[in-house]
Amino acid sequence: MADLTAFTSADHPVRKWRKVKDKIIESILFLAALSSVFVTIGIIYILVSESLPFFQHVSFKEFVTEKEWTPMFSEAKFGILPLVVGTFMATLIALTVAIPLGTITAAYLSEYVKPNVREMLKPILEMLAAVPSVVYGYFALLFVTPILQKFLPELGGFSVLSAGIVMGIMIIPYISSLSEDAMRSVPTHLREASAALGSSKFQTTFRVVFPSAFSGISSAYILGISRALGETMVVAIAAGMQPNLSLNPLEPASTITAYIVQVSLGDLPHGSIGFQSIYVAGLTLLIMTLIFNVLGMWIKVRFQEKE
Amino acid sequence: METIMASASDVENKLEPLSVLKSNLAVNVKQRKRSDFLFSLVGLMSLLFALITLLALFVDLAMTGVPRIDLAFFAEFPSRFASKAGILSAWVGTFAVMITTAFCAIPMGIAAGIYLEEYAPKNWLTRLIELNIINLAGVPSITFGLMALGLFVYKLQLGQSILTAGLTLGLLVLPIIIVTTREAIRTIPNSIREASYGLGATHWQTIQDHILPYSSGGILTGVIIALSRAIGETAPLVTIGALTFIAFLPSSPVSPEYPFLSFKWLMDSFTVMPIQMFNWISRPQAEFHVNAAATGVVLLLMTLIMNGIAIFIRYRFRKKMKW
Amino acid sequence: MEQIYKAPPECQTKFTFGSGRDFLRAKVSDLSFRYNPEDRRVLNKVSLPVFDKKITALIGPSGCGKTTLLRCFNRMHDLYNATSYEGDIVLYPEGKNILSSEIDPMEVRMRIGMVFQKPNPFPKTIYENVAYGLKVRGIKKKSFIDEKIEKSLVQAGLWSEVKDRLQAQATALSGGQQQRLCIARALATDPQILLLDEPTSALDPISTAHIEELIVEIKDDVTIVIVTHNLHQAARCADYTSFMYMGDLIEYGPSEQIFTKPQDKRTENYITGRFG
Repeated sequence: MADLTAFTSADHPVRKWRKVKDKIIESILFLAALSSVFVTIGIIYILVSESLPFFQHVSFKEFVTEKEWTPMFSEAKFGILPLVVGTFMATLIALTVAIPLGTITAAYLSEYVKPNVREMLKPILEMLAAVPSVVYGYFALLFVTPILQKFLPELGGFSVLSAGIVMGIMIIPYISSLSEDAMRSVPTHLREASAALGSSKFQTTFRVVFPSAFSGISSAYILGISRALGETMVVAIAAGMQPNLSLNPLEPASTITAYIVQVSLGDLPHGSIGFQSIYVAGLTLLIMTLIFNVLGMWIKVRFQEKE
Repeated sequence: METIMASASDVENKLEPLSVLKSNLAVNVKQRKRSDFLFSLVGLMSLLFALITLLALFVDLAMTGVPRIDLAFFAEFPSRFASKAGILSAWVGTFAVMITTAFCAIPMGIAAGIYLEEYAPKNWLTRLIELNIINLAGVPSITFGLMALGLFVYKLQLGQSILTAGLTLGLLVLPIIIVTTREAIRTIPNSIREASYGLGATHWQTIQDHILPYSSGGILTGVIIALSRAIGETAPLVTIGALTFIAFLPSSPVSPEYPFLSFKWLMDSFTVMPIQMFNWISRPQAEFHVNAAATGVVLLLMTLIMNGIAIFIRYRFRKKMKW
Repeated sequence: MEQIYKAPPECQTKFTFGSGRDFLRAKVSDLSFRYNPEDRRVLNKVSLPVFDKKITALIGPSGCGKTTLLRCFNRMHDLYNATSYEGDIVLYPEGKNILSSEIDPMEVRMRIGMVFQKPNPFPKTIYENVAYGLKVRGIKKKSFIDEKIEKSLVQAGLWSEVKDRLQAQATALSGGQQQRLCIARALATDPQILLLDEPTSALDPISTAHIEELIVEIKDDVTIVIVTHNLHQAARCADYTSFMYMGDLIEYGPSEQIFTKPQDKRTENYITGRFG
């Protein structure tokens, strides 16, 4: 049996070894946790360092005011605007689909459906999020676009509209799942108080549960927005990859992500302006999503303090 | 009976007339009941919309793709002729990249999750790491591709290899594994930790003998979901310049000479199923779209089976581990 | 044998009780405790003896610090940051202050076992639960472990119920059985002191009666410190009782004396049910 008769002193070799071992394990685990910070640093460092040379060729003013983005043409123009507008158009269409459907589905699942049915439906709904985005791209190009063309004969083979709609379907589960969590975490006594005043379920859902869960629901929306901004394959496949400063959803367009894919498919030498341009585009995208992520966190923190 | 009725109506007659608040009670209740009913209808419809879309996607893909799937489809390399092309190099590539991803992300993710739940002191550094992980989970996947292109392909000269792809996807799914590991560990009540310490166990013994085994179901669920996400991920791999026409397999992991294991395959170029599918969708000919659908069916089945397993494990473990 | 448990003379001066044949197992002196350096003291200069192979009960209204005091004995508070002890608990026969930073809390816990308020078996088999304490001590000999498991399950009155299903999941046992398993788990490591933190508060009356009988039976083998909010339980089981109130130890003495002729007004009020 181990020595149980005497307490070891602090400088006992067994205890020293135990301490060293614990420290070693802790340090390894700590490094693993810290590595995530290095990933972020790596992303920012690479994106910034590869983009900087771009601005030696193109002025920042041209970058933000020029209305054309044609880095591959012999007379190259570098205005990010068409890509940003395309990105926001696709996102807007996606949200128009996803926010109403996601929110209503969440409210329905949280307030109207029996718990055992809900437990069965939720995993099925989450499968929508598990489908690879390239499959959604196929769906947008070869299923949704032909259907839309029946109603809108002027719609071409590639359009922001069909890419946006499919992206919307894709982010429904993100919005519904998080919104439902938020609604269900509203304490039951609030619902009971509302019911006791004679409210119907509908009134309780939208006048009591929805406002109380609003911070959670809005962070679900923001997550949806940042997903839509960064989604790549659906737009790359179905939206046509044509930088196009137009607000018409029936026309083809390109987004930041689709542009990066388009360039990557070709064979641009490292260091060329085309190569640098994808980093500038990527950096713009990163900043855009970062703004929404920070906004989401801010809403969460602010609301948690209030509670 | 009649007397009772009579006295009841007497009582009623003695009641004061309804106040204005209650005068249109019946109408109001009817209206609100209708809105209740209408909303449950709308809710059901929006839920059905999502489910029917999912179904339509399956059916459409299956109708086009399934007839194309036969043994040769898995045994052939891609080809200029749609009817001869197969996904051999793509599924082998997917397999090889997944192994690399798993080796990179699983140990690191679980270790980071354990640190944050069991060791991390409450200070600014921990807070920074936590915020960073939340934020990283929201970074678009294509950004990881750009980082990998600059760092792994050019700075570290790893080339457009399986290793580069595995590292990229590994870093991409790292936050998923960290977050699910933490959630799984958090469900273990403190009383179990105290019981272990109370018997004289060390910190690491407690983690090894209790925390990890009891959270293994949740961690496994997270790992499977992370890998299923990585399998379908296309954009970052396109960005690192994964070639789309690969008519050869990576070198064999076993070698005839000592030490019988070879890691040369890590540095080989590759293609994966989603890239192969993307490549075929992008062609104008409809025959290639059939190939794309067939690849899509395989890809979809794989991810759905993985997700199904994850859901099953989560369900089983929740039943087993009732605290 | 008993001689070695006898405390050095200076420790005995403060307490002279009972027949005088009781030997000190541990002595708490001027123990103060804070959960946070800025917080008020949860324990305020508490002193009491713990006699060998006797049951010492800690009673008092909720929040009086009795559980906090109990958890000092095996340094459970060390698991959480920023907690601080002043004063000492000397464990005999070693004569060491187990609260000293010189002493590894893990070694304290290897000597002092604990049973918690709610039964907390590991979600492993019954066998693995009882064997765990031996396992962390590096004992691998199967015959020894088996013997120990049987002995402690017999002591805990659980052997006849589980001997045919040692490989069954511990979580499948009833609440009372789980708590007896937790007692067996602690006994398997031969603790010098066994701490019981309201061990019956989560159990039904029948299981409670079982556990109480068991506690009285095992005191021949092990020293017990028990926290309870059930005064009848303390009166029935304990040899010595201490009454605590707002972090102070108000009164300590043989249970008989505390329950029949308490010296302090507050003790009297509490045991007659006027507050608490």
